[in-house]
Amino acid sequence: MSDIIRRDPRSEWIARNRLHPLHASLQALGASWVGPSGLIRKNPHAVAFVGPNGLKRIDRSGAQQGGGGKRASISAAAQLPLHIIEQPSFHIVVVPDMVGGRLSSHDKDLLGLASMLAGSEGAVVAVVFGEHKESAFDTAGVDRLLHIQGEAFVGYTPEQRIMALRAVDDQLAPRHWLFPDSRTGGGELGRRLAAKLGERPATRVWQVADGQCIGRAGAGQQDLARRAPRLILAAAECADPVGETRHEVRAIELEGTLAHSLTRIDNLGAVAVDPALTPMAEAEFILSGGNGVRDWELFHQAAEVLGATEGASRVAVDDGFMPRDRQVGATGTWVTARVYLAVGISGAVQHLQGIATCDKVVAINKDPGCDMVKRADLAVIGDSTAILQALIERVSEYRQGDLRDVA
Amino acid sequence: MSHDPLNVITLVSVGAHPVTGRARRAEQDARAVDLGLSLAGKELHLLHAGDPQAEALRAYLGMGLAEMTVLQQPPQADVLPALGNYLRHAGAQLVLTGSQAETGEGSGMLPYLLAEQLDWPLIVGLAEVESVTGGVAQVLQALPRGQRRRLQVRLPFVASVDNAAPEARQSAFGPARRGQLQQQEVAVVEDALLEEAQLQPARPRPKRLKVIKAKTGAERMKAATAKASAGGQVLTDMTPEQGAEAIFALLRGEDVLR
Ligand SMILES: Cc1cc2nc3c(=O)[nH]c(=O)nc-3n(C[C@H](O)[C@H](O)[C@H](O)COP(=O)(O)OP(=O)(O)OC[C@H]3O[C@@H](n4cnc5c(N)ncnc54)[C@H](O)[C@@H]3O)c2cc1C
Ligand SMILES: Nc1ncnc2c1ncn2[C@@H]1O[C@H](COP(=O)(O)O)[C@@H](O)[C@H]1O
Repeated sequence: MSDIIRRDPRSEWIARNRLHPLHASLQALGASWVGPSGLIRKNPHAVAFVGPNGLKRIDRSGAQQGGGGKRASISAAAQLPLHIIEQPSFHIVVVPDMVGGRLSSHDKDLLGLASMLAGSEGAVVAVVFGEHKESAFDTAGVDRLLHIQGEAFVGYTPEQRIMALRAVDDQLAPRHWLFPDSRTGGGELGRRLAAKLGERPATRVWQVADGQCIGRAGAGQQDLARRAPRLILAAAECADPVGETRHEVRAIELEGTLAHSLTRIDNLGAVAVDPALTPMAEAEFILSGGNGVRDWELFHQAAEVLGATEGASRVAVDDGFMPRDRQVGATGTWVTARVYLAVGISGAVQHLQGIATCDKVVAINKDPGCDMVKRADLAVIGDSTAILQALIERVSEYRQGDLRDVA
Repeated sequence: MSHDPLNVITLVSVGAHPVTGRARRAEQDARAVDLGLSLAGKELHLLHAGDPQAEALRAYLGMGLAEMTVLQQPPQADVLPALGNYLRHAGAQLVLTGSQAETGEGSGMLPYLLAEQLDWPLIVGLAEVESVTGGVAQVLQALPRGQRRRLQVRLPFVASVDNAAPEARQSAFGPARRGQLQQQEVAVVEDALLEEAQLQPARPRPKRLKVIKAKTGAERMKAATAKASAGGQVLTDMTPEQGAEAIFALLRGEDVLR
């Protein structure tokens, strides 16, 4: 960095504003200290700060407001302490679902449980199959990452994955195996492994403490308490996710090559289902229209081309453009889509409540200041009709390119 | 649908009403029976291991079957060896089960263990059998969010059915009365689990609170005032094509364009 002193009006303003969240990080250190004789010493140069008009000012109210003339770099995200396990005495292996290539909140809860079980002696190993997009394994509590890649693990391949997990079992002899007891993979994979290893798992576990675990039994009216077995299939919110430490995410490898198993189940791929028939609460991808949609024919066409389930704001429903059962929000359906594309919806609280659990929100709106744009991960400001038209063209083009590739 | 007549066995258990706890047919098992009826018609076999006197079992017969086999077992027994032994000699090509029992442990392990014991492949979440030709079945598997996946599997196999399968038909009272429960004496194996584990009434799970881990006042202030989402990318002053391209890239990245 150069030594040229440059003023940074923003950090000066932050330094003066005691309520600002970054205020503390901009305070000049060493303005006063206890000297060798025990007297309190002050550095009069550090006491002053540069005011908005460029003059040096001294605050005599006692509230320290330094900041100095020199720009202090703001390190907003404090570094969490790094947790290093050099020689783990045992391993806790977690197989996260990785829905959409990222750790789900269920996965993170499970990693929290794993680091609780690992304590300061053990290491948490995450086994991830195929490509992933996750960049925050460290703050989720992963000490070791076993990334298993290859043709054989693409798509739905439970039998190959079990082969690999058996190899992991031989290599690490983990003290516990943890799986999310979910419908998106973990529930199935965990039970398959349990049957293969001949271990009796604890399922739908919601609490593990002192070597005992409690899980739901039957239709959910009873609990089953028992000694925590080696294989645990845990429900969501079984523990708090890791939050206080950073972990190494050191890569480890499977030793030896995996024997190729004869596959008895062939995956012929996903079947096209009519998105209009998927219940809205379950739909993965929703195109939702509000008062800002000018051309409803075009909106329906866009939903068809994108393969999205249709939703609507209350205004669109009240105006008769969409049926009542398509309303998203407090008085409509609470949706859980992974991607929610909101066209011409202002983002009233009643509407935002309904999409609170959506992963990625995309807004198309004329007004850059509206609440939906603030909520959105990506907002495109402009006229809904023009953007929908361009989007239809872009996606059709991509689909045709696809067909040409196949031919 | 095109297939040769299949030898199908559906495993059924006694369910419990979610509110009253009264014994009834289990929801998922009834769906498995329905699926079996659509594949094998009246030739479908029903199999239960447990008490042959259980009245709730008759509800399955009321779906249009004349009889079912009951392997006599006491309440605390491990039913897996009995079921496995029976199925090994039953000559079934397809064994249908529910994915989780409504009474007892309900761990959903039974279909997995059975498949392992028989060394048959297992299909989880069967929604539909599309065709069976030359000993190979083409089936649809139900995925979360209403999606379906097409799988091909060699007979014989075990398949579990969950709530995504078509709704089960009603049970009629007359046929349920007239149906026969054929009981068979088989060896009993005690379940070791219930010696060390206890079943207790379900405790309501604690609600997770939003914990703010703040060490300083400023951090608390930040946590209290910050929006739930820090806000994403906002694209202004661009042509519709550029905007569409950005949206398209995100949709591709999230893999929702099929
Ligand atoms: C008790 C109660 C319950 C409610 N429950 C619900 C509920 O469950 N669900 C729900 O949705 N609402 C609910 N509402 C209504 C809610 O308060 C809002 O009125 C409603 O959500 C607004 O709908 P909107 O965003 O479509 O319309 P508006 O608020 O009118 O927003 C239209 C948006 O479109 C944009 N726009 C306009 N023209 C264009 C264009 N050409 N191109 C692009 N953008 C454009 C505008 O900038 C604006 O942001 C409830 C209200 C009450 C009082
Ligand atoms: N006693 C039993 N007799 C026959 N089938 C059973 C029995 N117990 C469980 N099943 C089947 O196995 C499935 C899963 O059971 P469980 O593994 O106990 O959750 C159930 O939905 C039934 O189809």
